[in-house]
Amino acid sequence: MKLYVQKKNTLSERHVKADQKADAKVPDDLLRKCPQCGLTIMSRQLGCYAECPQCHYGFRIGARQRLAWLTDEFDELDMDLQTKDPLAFPGYQDKLKNAQNKTQLNDAVLTGVARIGDQQAALGIMDPGFIMGSLGTVAGEKITRLFEHATQHRLPVIMVTASGGARMQEGIHSLMQMAKISNAVAAHDQAGLLYAVVLTGPTTGGVTASFAMQGDITLAEPHALVGFAGRRVIEQTMHQKIPNDLQAAENLLRHGFIDAIVKRTDEKAMLERLLKLGGAMRV
Amino acid sequence: MSEKTAVEIVKAARSEEKITSAEILTQLFSDFIELHGDRSGTDDPAIKGGIADFHGQAVTVITTDRGQSIEERMACHFGCPEPGGYRKSLRLIKQAQKFGRPVFCFVNTPGAYPGQSAEENGQGSAIAQNLLEISKLAIPIITVVFGEGGSGGALALACGDEVWMLENSTYSILSPEGFASILWKDSSRAAEAAEIMQLTPQALKKQGVIEGIIAEPTDHQAVIANLDAVLTRELAALQKLTPAELLQHRQQRFRKF
Repeated sequence: MKLYVQKKNTLSERHVKADQKADAKVPDDLLRKCPQCGLTIMSRQLGCYAECPQCHYGFRIGARQRLAWLTDEFDELDMDLQTKDPLAFPGYQDKLKNAQNKTQLNDAVLTGVARIGDQQAALGIMDPGFIMGSLGTVAGEKITRLFEHATQHRLPVIMVTASGGARMQEGIHSLMQMAKISNAVAAHDQAGLLYAVVLTGPTTGGVTASFAMQGDITLAEPHALVGFAGRRVIEQTMHQKIPNDLQAAENLLRHGFIDAIVKRTDEKAMLERLLKLGGAMRV
Repeated sequence: MSEKTAVEIVKAARSEEKITSAEILTQLFSDFIELHGDRSGTDDPAIKGGIADFHGQAVTVITTDRGQSIEERMACHFGCPEPGGYRKSLRLIKQAQKFGRPVFCFVNTPGAYPGQSAEENGQGSAIAQNLLEISKLAIPIITVVFGEGGSGGALALACGDEVWMLENSTYSILSPEGFASILWKDSSRAAEAAEIMQLTPQALKKQGVIEGIIAEPTDHQAVIANLDAVLTRELAALQKLTPAELLQHRQQRFRKF
């Protein structure tokens, strides 16, 4: 973030001029601006939840960062799967390596069995930093296996979604993941087990059009962007600007598509309560 | 079969000369009764459905529709269903399950409608519910893509037991224009995208995404005859399976990807 803009040689700017190297001395990520309410925040004040203290907007965070405050114990599954690159797409392997280094994940979702308080659940967390959390064959396989594992061991499933939609570089194979995962969700559903979703921003496209909207209970983070089509596509279709909050969690709540909006700081406690009450079988 | 390039097939799939859903409904079936509405407040004209007589057997038929006149085309959003269209299709497929009727879906859509109303009425949720619920219904469900098979909007009607494609049709994650725009920020590279996306019936057959390709002569009567032959044969084969076998086969069909 630029600390000052030098336009005129006013008295106050001459004072600023006294330290022209100020920009260079200040780290780039010292300050963050909340995209929701505009509040400027010191990065270190954001803390592990990366939540705006004013409006509770959740900044994008990695899956491992979220795991640290959401769970008490975690056994990771399927961390070695790699894509077969079905379209042999130019440059895809390099893009994957960069994303893997950046997120410390093999693909856009982290899966495993978690303990949250005294409750156990199969947990999947998508990482928006991994090629926009896009759904490719590896993420699709990991989520499918997570549901299969949960069905077999009679565990509830929690999915924390964050995704730009399909993984373009894997073409139709990416689309098939939507149906593959839906089949696994259906089997889990028919076994009478709880599936809870936490929608985080952004959750869009093929993820919204499949497992993100198949939960028994659907929560969302404040101001999270959740939708099917991208904003630019909608505006091109409508030939007009669309309201800023069209795809906001609050608007989805008004239209009846989610159960509740939960702040990150309350998320763990809420999931623990839901696991206790929501998944209980009739005695 | 033809040796067309992917770009030529994309163009042919969008041709004005293609067989229409109205022709399929009136010529493939000796009787068709249209059933309207999603029972949640809407009746989307971009998806038509009903019950039909197929060689003496009652079947449920669902088709995307692009309309004929300009007014109809605009009402159908040029073949892009609203959430209510998907809810109507799911309602009719669940009804088919009740009566043990097989289901035929005919798909020619650029994709689910990406408008403000569609977002507010839960486009993502509507497609997601189709994918989830259809996987549980133990009746034969066969889909034919007869033009464009656009993304999740097509998949929502192509998640049953078999998918066939007319020779001049496509099935893809996104239009080649959209693909080029997202990946290369340049929609004019659509031709290049079409080649790399493997969206032609031949490429999809090779990857096991579809069961087969239906020859598409220029004479629409001949296309109807080809559709009739494939649907008759495939339906008979699926009807030999027990409900459990049918669902297991359907699950394995997608599990391999």
